[in-house]
Amino acid sequence: MTDTSQTKVPRPLSPHLSIYNLPLTALMSITHRMTGAVLALGTLLWAAFLISAASGEEYYKMVMYAASSHMGRIILLLWSAALYFHMCNGIRHMIWDTGKFLEKDKAMRTNYVVILVAVIMTAVTWVCAYLK
Amino acid sequence: MSNGNKTSDFETKLKKAKGLGSAHHGAEHWMAQKITALANIPLVLWMVWSFINNQGMSYVEFRFWLADPFNAVMMILAVISVFYHAVLGSQVIVEDYIHIRWFRNLKLIGQKLFFFALGAACIFSVLKIAL
Repeated sequence: MTDTSQTKVPRPLSPHLSIYNLPLTALMSITHRMTGAVLALGTLLWAAFLISAASGEEYYKMVMYAASSHMGRIILLLWSAALYFHMCNGIRHMIWDTGKFLEKDKAMRTNYVVILVAVIMTAVTWVCAYLK
Repeated sequence: MSNGNKTSDFETKLKKAKGLGSAHHGAEHWMAQKITALANIPLVLWMVWSFINNQGMSYVEFRFWLADPFNAVMMILAVISVFYHAVLGSQVIVEDYIHIRWFRNLKLIGQKLFFFALGAACIFSVLKIAL
């Protein structure tokens, strides 16, 4: 930084997050965090399920009733989608850790692989759930 | 960060560094996150598969299923691995986005205790059914 007294004009700022059109890779990154946070909160429902099964039949039935309601199914659907996205993108993170696929074009292409696999896994899960 | 050379600055360098810089536990945190992530894959897939198979199970049927040693151990492992992973992940999120010192520390400690308490309740529930 050669800060002389002549250069006191405000310097241009780099595009700030609020006005910057995020590329898909960046969107995937923040989605990974958001799904992680949602899944962390989802442990509450998982705990509610296990604790109810240990607490008595009426509690277990209450949780089962809530889970099989329309709202419950929607929450489970979103939960499974968040889970598969986080899992697939997490696997990509592990591959990145080995130094592979870090180039811009490869990162961009694997974005679509992650999304596609997550969608397919969610769909297969729900088809199986309804066929069973 | 070039205020280290000011003559009016009475704070020592140690005072400035404390609580801000590396505590030399970064690699452990990273490794634990990766190992739990890896363990989560089979454990969570097993959970989803089990939930699909177990839908519509009555209270007695489900307790019988969970009392099976394999299922009980898998469930406990899933709780440990996922909850530990959640502790590490939520810690990073708070560290990155919450900058008010007291609130950040409160949240870091609080959520750690929360996950451990919830995890303990889950494991106890499985053991209560299985044993």
